[in-house]
Amino acid sequence: MDKPSSPVTGAGFWLGMRKVSVLIPGVVVFAVAFGAAASAKGLSLFEALLMSALVYGGISQLVAMELWRPEWSWGAIVGLAVVTATVNSRMILQGASLQPWFAPYSKRLNAWHLFFFTDANWVIGTRYHGEGGRDLGVLVGAGLLLWIVWILFTGLGHLLGALVSDPRAYGIDLVMPIFFAAMIVPLWRGRRAAVPWVVAGIVALVTAKLIDGYAFIIVGSLSGALVGAFADDAA
Amino acid sequence: MTLPDPGTWGPILAILGMALATYLCRIAGVVMMSFIPLTPHVRRGLAALPGSIIAATVLPLIERLGLAAAIALLAAIGSMVLRRSELLALVVGMSVIAGLRALGF
Repeated sequence: MDKPSSPVTGAGFWLGMRKVSVLIPGVVVFAVAFGAAASAKGLSLFEALLMSALVYGGISQLVAMELWRPEWSWGAIVGLAVVTATVNSRMILQGASLQPWFAPYSKRLNAWHLFFFTDANWVIGTRYHGEGGRDLGVLVGAGLLLWIVWILFTGLGHLLGALVSDPRAYGIDLVMPIFFAAMIVPLWRGRRAAVPWVVAGIVALVTAKLIDGYAFIIVGSLSGALVGAFADDAA
Repeated sequence: MTLPDPGTWGPILAILGMALATYLCRIAGVVMMSFIPLTPHVRRGLAALPGSIIAATVLPLIERLGLAAAIALLAAIGSMVLRRSELLALVVGMSVIAGLRALGF
């Protein structure tokens, strides 16, 4: 009541959970696939669950399984952390894009809910905020529900192990790309506003050709934002 | 001075390192923007950012995954234009990619 501009309500929490529920089947299969990969790489059930609970970043966890080793030196540990940061660097920009929404809330609350910040609730939050919504509960509910699903089914995947052979056959690798691409429609504000997106896409394509890894996301996105920031000056 | 060998704690430390790196990514953009004043330029840059992130993520993926993925994504976007439902878009996109891959594309 004191700060009507920065609510966190139970109703928002449920709305967020409802909005994210369409993604649960995809996340379930992704989590099972990660759990199975972790078991194949020799992670204990506890280690697999710990990684899903603390990292909560699907692609970076699968990349980590590629780099996992039986013996760890400090150099290898730091190296893995650096690779993880580059895979997840898109979160820096995703967080920046929603910061005006978060600004009225306390630092402590923001520090807490950002732990559950991920691609899915970024997409949901961006659309919700773009349509005038301001209830932070939506973002928290969506992030928290997926976090729980992610942990539970990581465990199941670890126990089932090799039963899940090829998630690719079911198109699971496309769940997030499809969800991302569909977002373009509610974001659409006419051709002029789409010019930065085209620049971002092209720069990302070129960067992906030139540099290995995931730098293309951040380089492309920043190029788009720069074009967006200065495009109207010329007109 | 040298650090003791990670030994049996290696896997746990590796996971903690990943967790720290990821959490820093989660908060870094928000913290950074709280120090940058919202001038009209910054505001327009932020407005262009979500669509730019999506384009920069999806286009190189399509390029890697091939024509079937591109068709599936276009079908999902088309469904989204006709009916504003993420669930339907997801079902359409997944059906198209599963169908195309079953046919051997």
